[in-house]
Formats: sequence, structure tokens, C-alpha cells
Amino acid sequence: MSPSAASPSPASPAPSTSTPPAALHLAVALDGTGWHPASWREPVARPREVFTAGYWADLVAEAERGLLDLVTIEDGLGPQSSHFLDPGERTDQVRGRLDAVLVAARIAPLTRHIGIVPTTVATHTEPFHISKAIATLDYVSSGRAGLRVQITARPNEAAHFGRRTIPRIEAYESPDTQELVTELFDEAADYVEVVRRLWDSWEDDAEIRDVATGRFVDRDKLHYIDFQGRRFSVKGPSITPRPPQGQPVVTALAHATVPYRLVARQADIGFVTPQDTDQARAIVAEIRAERLAAGRADEPLHIFGDLVVFLDDDPAEAAARRERLDALAGEPYTSDARIFTGTPAQLADLLQELAAAGLSGFRLRPAVAGHDLPAITRGLVPELQRRDAFRHAYEADTLRGLLGLARPANRYAAA
Amino acid sequence: MSKPLKQIHLAAHFPGVNNTTVWSDPRAGSHIEFSSFAHFARTAERAKFDFLFLAEGLRLREQGGHIYDLDVVGRPDTFTVLSALAAVTERLGLTGTINSTFNEPYEVARQFASLDHLSGGRAAWNVVTSWDAFTGENFRRGGFLPQEERYSRAKEFLATANELFDSWDGNEIVADQETGVFLRDAKAGAFVHSGQHFDIEGRFNVPRSPQGRPVIFQAGDSDEGREFAASSADAIFSRYADLDTGRAFYTDVKNRLARHGRRPDQLLVLPAATFVLGDTDEEARELAHDVRRQQVSGATALKHLEFVWNRDLSSYDPDGPLPDVDPDVSDTHISKGRAQVRMYRDPLAIAREWRERAEANNWSIRDLVIETGNRQNFIGTPETVARTINDYVQSDAADGFILVPHITPTGLDPFADKVVPLLQEQGVFRTDYEGTTLRDHLGLDAPA
Ligand SMILES: Cc1cc2nc3c(=O)[nH]c(=O)nc-3n(C[C@H](O)[C@H](O)[C@H](O)COP(=O)(O)O)c2cc1C
Repeated sequence: MSPSAASPSPASPAPSTSTPPAALHLAVALDGTGWHPASWREPVARPREVFTAGYWADLVAEAERGLLDLVTIEDGLGPQSSHFLDPGERTDQVRGRLDAVLVAARIAPLTRHIGIVPTTVATHTEPFHISKAIATLDYVSSGRAGLRVQITARPNEAAHFGRRTIPRIEAYESPDTQELVTELFDEAADYVEVVRRLWDSWEDDAEIRDVATGRFVDRDKLHYIDFQGRRFSVKGPSITPRPPQGQPVVTALAHATVPYRLVARQADIGFVTPQDTDQARAIVAEIRAERLAAGRADEPLHIFGDLVVFLDDDPAEAAARRERLDALAGEPYTSDARIFTGTPAQLADLLQELAAAGLSGFRLRPAVAGHDLPAITRGLVPELQRRDAFRHAYEADTLRGLLGLARPANRYAAA
Repeated sequence: MSKPLKQIHLAAHFPGVNNTTVWSDPRAGSHIEFSSFAHFARTAERAKFDFLFLAEGLRLREQGGHIYDLDVVGRPDTFTVLSALAAVTERLGLTGTINSTFNEPYEVARQFASLDHLSGGRAAWNVVTSWDAFTGENFRRGGFLPQEERYSRAKEFLATANELFDSWDGNEIVADQETGVFLRDAKAGAFVHSGQHFDIEGRFNVPRSPQGRPVIFQAGDSDEGREFAASSADAIFSRYADLDTGRAFYTDVKNRLARHGRRPDQLLVLPAATFVLGDTDEEARELAHDVRRQQVSGATALKHLEFVWNRDLSSYDPDGPLPDVDPDVSDTHISKGRAQVRMYRDPLAIAREWRERAEANNWSIRDLVIETGNRQNFIGTPETVARTINDYVQSDAADGFILVPHITPTGLDPFADKVVPLLQEQGVFRTDYEGTTLRDHLGLDAPA
């Protein structure tokens, strides 16, 4: 990124309002060498290093240099594929991924402020294991852990576990598909419920080390969660004491009503994919209504817009880069999220416009991690700072703190 | 010709949820904060230890229907701590105990392969087999595994994980930016496994890791457990750290290897061991006695006796004689979630023996538990301890020891500062790491 990106763009003055614009929250979504399938072919991409700790440490250090709220780390229980439902046979794209929770843990001690949010797949994993893993991530990061819960409807991934078969989705609008998707998201909601109850299954002051009575814990402050759901039951308590944040930050990506309901019922941040301001407003309204229906209207919920970004000082350069990568990939890149190409100042304009529709932040997906991440931290961030729309220093030590979320009371603690 | 001196292997077990830990000691720190794990790991690495070891239990222990509260309660997630420790150490091996009953091979293989990548080849897996329905209540699967199937599942679990580790040969990733070839082989990671416990197929999504496979440990003690180790493990975590029981165990497991077409040096025997250091041997013995008194309060002594008697003994006086009722040998157990209860395979015989010993020595319940329980293994001046450890290793009671200090997290420091230099002077312990992977430290072959 050349220094000129940091200078204000005269073409896009800050909106002149009497009240200063609300400060935005910013996340980046990390996945391999970036979100464009040909990103690995860029000279900055370091494709041979994506299975090393140093690669991830560098990316997260860059994100932290930009004062971002958090990074998410993508994951999956099968190889990446260019098909939505099936494994593929392509050999010209990055394949293979390290476990996101382990990557998160590996970089946590190397950073101090940024939130670290690995992806976990609810469909085939154990909520007990994930609860203690994220609690422990919260310990190793001193209160900066979160999780992004995800479902998988891929039959091939189910076959990696052999415990259930997932029927192939044939037609998206069919009642069978709706039923399957609803079931997988309901299961994910149960999963998060178990994870959350387990985090609360130890009261904060359960460890007493009472030498006089010889008791290490006050067992009245440890709680069975006794969860009974449709697909599984879990007894508790956790083996790991309540994590520093009490409740690490739960996030989910959502594109439709069924997943919006998961966000509304269980999440602290929902990642959504509006194509424009009107759609953003509609999504926010729908999630707020679901939140109300879930009886959580009083509890804060962030809704972040997801965008894929190609950022350059010159808009033509960004567009040309996208074209070049598309040509290398052999097809135009498409995404569930809006794809932005342009300058940091133009992106700042767009984010402020979308924010006015009720989004409290954005999760940016760098098209090329090695290029677009530094463009975010060294181009977009200073631009937003100039507009008083982004922090100038980390103002809190925990992820909840950065997001303005209080540390929740323990649901089991006697009032 | 005299035998060449064996090189000693040393590892450090972060003290966990049992009464080794003296949590009441004023020096005792957090058993859960990462700073404790980081301190412990850095001490082990400073001392050039082979690895750090974490045990695991997937349900809080209970006795008489209540959560057991007299020892340390609670621990972090094994994979998460080990991966974080990879960030604050460079060479130390990272060994995690992971259960083969309440996990699935695809996920565990991903986690170990990832840990091996993220640590530059330092991962090891202690495969344990707890199967009880009590633990199962925390999992989707529930308590589904009959005890007699624990090793058939463990064996198949490990074999399946090995198939996944081997599904990438290590040459698939080309990542040639010019030609656009990322993968040499479109089928990298392909696997099919069909067996009694697992019927799975597809593509493993973690490329081959620096060690190819993690180092494999085994901990169970039954005949089946020992056979599992002899057929499939690189090292055994045993509980026989005494000279005589250690030698018997060592001979037994090393003799099992030939049957599996393996050499004796392909399976290391590494017992858990505790130590107490003093300026004189006498002072160390006194300290050791004090530590035992702290570890075994009257309340702890009664609870310990309940492991064998399987009855509520809370009305007994810990400073009085042993109960004259016999153990309850019915199928219901008042102690839950404890591996050591399974040590007492014949409670009636043990109760008889303990009563006789207590009467002969005029021991109270608490004295009995102190005398028969886990005594410290190495007690004395640093010179005495270094000499004893070396004697044990040279006389084939072990290939080394996994040390468990009493104090969290600083209990290893005196051993690192005082005993290790003496072993180095004797030429039986490395003065620096020679390789970068745990396999290098342990002298194990690379997997085929
Ligand atoms: C020295 C030793 C350490 C063990 N550590 C653990 C442990 O950390 N976690 C666990 O779940 N089981 C542990 N176990 C239990 C074993 O995995 C196994 O379930 C038990 O020993 C019964 O198998 P066996 O009949 O072969 O001994 C340990 C066993 C031994 C002997």
C-alpha cells in the first residue's frame, strides 16, 4: 500500500451532520491466502506458508496494527471446493486448512488487544469440547475469544464422521430442503445453548481454596446444565472454569430467515450480506423482530455487514486486479456477499452509508490477504479515523469491551 | 564389554486434578491461567526436557453423588492450551491426552495434524480409553461403549487416524504461482475406512505435518492396554516408577514388542514420577513427609478409603482404625470419573491387606493412606535424586520419567536448576536440543 492511500480523498468529504458519525466496528475474515480463489497466485500471497504459524501470526499482527475489533478464521470439515455441496477435483486453488481453534490459540499469546474468533461446525462436533476449547481460548487470550458457529449440509462431510447421513439438497425452495436447513440450524441453536450454559456452569467465585475445610471449590457454585434437546443431551458442569469474559462472543453468518433466527436467539454478532442499503435495512428489521420474538430484545446485538474487498489507491487498479484474478481463475468471482472494488475512501463512503441502515460494523473479506488486509489497516482505517468513525487506540482489553458488551451475569448464580 | 550409558528422557506433567498438587501451599498459583502453563513450559524447555504432558478428564469427579471438592477441580482444554504453548516455546514437545471414546477420528486427526503444523513438529497424543456412561453424559454419543470394547475402539480409532495422517504423502502441495498448480494430486487426502467402529470415507483436509504423525503414547495398564501399546504406541505413560515394579513392567512391555515385529527401542517406557528436593537427604525426607500430610488431610484419607470400600465412610474417624465392614463389591460405584479406582481390581483382598498392615503398624486411616498412597518417588539432595534417576534408567526400570511437581506452576524450577545440570555432567542428559521435532528428542524413527 503506498502512502498516498492514507491521504484524504477530496472526492468524498465526510458527511456533514451535526452529530458525529457513530464509530464503526471492523472485523476481517481470514481464509487461506484470501477470498479470491486465485489469490494465492499474487506475489504477496505466501501460498506455501498457509500451514505455518508464522503466516497466521503475521496476518493477525497486521489486523491488530489496524486496531480492528476482531478477526474470524474460516474452517470446514472437508476440503474447500468450488461447488456449494460437493467436493471438487480442482488442483489450481488452495486446498487444505488447519483447525481454526488451534490456529486461534496459536496466535492468541502473540497479540494483546484484538478479538480472535475461530469457526466451529455445530453439525458434527461436540458442544462440550467446543465450550471448553473457547473458554480456554478466552484464558490464553485474556478475554478476547469468540466463536463463529456454522452448520454444514454437505453429504461428503457427514461421511467423514459416519454418524449420520445428510440428504443431498436438490431444490433450494423445496419443503424437504427447508426442513433440513431448519433442523440443522435448530440443532446449532441447541449447540450454542449448551456451550453458553457450560460457560456459566461455574460461578465466577467457585474456586475458594479454603484451607480450613480442605475444600478447593464450593461445589454449590458448580451447576449441572441438564440440557435435553432433540438431538443430544448434555449433563455438565464444564471441566473448565468460567472464562474471563464470562460469555465469549458468539457470532454467526446468516443469509435468510432461518439463520437470522439463530442469530436472534443465540448470537452477539450476526454477519449478514446486504447488497445495498435498502436490503441492509430490511435484514436488520427482520433480525430485530426475531430478537424480540426470542425474548432477547433488551440484550445488545451487533449486526455486521460482510463485504469482499479489492482495495487500491486507484479504483481502476482495483478493478483490473479483480479482472486479472478472475482470468487466472478461469471464471468471474462471485460471492454471497457484495464485492467491492475501489479505494479506501470509496469503501469508507459505502460503509458509512450502509451503517446508516442499522449495521453497527463490518466484516471485510480481503480478496487477497497479503494485499487487501494491509489496505484495510493502512488505508481504510486512517480514512475512517479522519472521519471520526473509527477508534484511534484500543479502548478495552477484552473483546466484549471493544464491542461495548457488558460482562454478563451468570444465569445460575443465586440472585 | 559394559553397556553404553542410556540417555535419559525427561518430561514435565502439569499438575492436575489429583492430590499430587498441594494447592494449599502459599506458593501455589493458578492451575488455569495461561501464565501458569507458560511458566511451566518455559521451565521445562529451559531444562531441555523432551516434552510437556497434559492429562485429561471429561467430567468433574464425584463421590457419593457430589462433585469431589478436596483436590484441584477444573482444567483447560488440552488442544487449545498446547497450541498456545507452541507460541511461547520453540522445541519442547507437546503431549496431550485425548480420549478415543468421546471423540471422532476425523476431528482428532485434524487437531493433531494442525498442532503438529503449528508447533513445527512437536505434537504427541496420549490415547486413553475411559468409556464410562458417567463421562458419556456430557456427549452427544452418551455412555454407549461396553468396557470390554474400549481397546477395540481405541485401536481402530488410532488406525483410522493413522490412515488420515497418511492420506497425504507430503509432496502434494506444489503452489507454483507461475503455472497455477497448487495441488499435484486432485485426490490428496482421499481415504476409505470400513470397520467395526468406524465406517467413514472422503478427503482429509490437513496436509501432511512435519512429523507425519504425532508421537503416540498409551497409558492403560491392563493386559489389553499393554498389548495396544506394544502394537501401536511410541511410548507408555506408566505409573510404575519404583525400581522393582518399574523393572517388571519394563521387561513385560518390552518383551511384547517382538510379537508385533518391533524392536525394544521403538517403545519408550516413561513412568510418572514425583520428587522432593532438600539440602540434605534428611531434610528432603522431612519435607516429603510434610507434603504427604498436606496431600492427605483427614477428609482426603476417608475419601481415599472409599475408593476401595465403595461405601460412605464419613462417620469414621480418620485418626482411628480402619472400618471392619467389608467393601461393597456391587456394580454401583460411589466414586465416579476416576481412573485410579480401577487400580483396585480386587477390593476385598486390598481391604484385608490394608487392615492387616494398619494393625501391624498401629496406623490410623490417615497413616494408612499416607503410607500406601502415592509416595514421592525421588527424595533427597539434588545429587541423590540425579543418581537415583540415572540408576533407575540404567537398570531398565524406565527410559526416563514424566515428572509431576507438587507446586503449580513453579514446582519444576528447582529440578531444572539443580538436578538437570548434574545429569548433564554425568553425560546422561542432553545439554541442548539436537533436533527440532519431538521425534528427534525421543530418538524415534520417522513414520513410514
Ligand atoms: C498412568 C495412567 C494415566 C492415565 N491417565 C488418564 C487420563 O489422563 N485421562 C483419562 O481419561 N484416562 C487416563 N487413564 C485411564 C486409561 O485410559 C484407561 O481408561 C484405564 O487405565 C483403564 O484401562 P486399563 O484397564 O487398560 O488400565 C490413565 C491410566 C493410567 C494407568
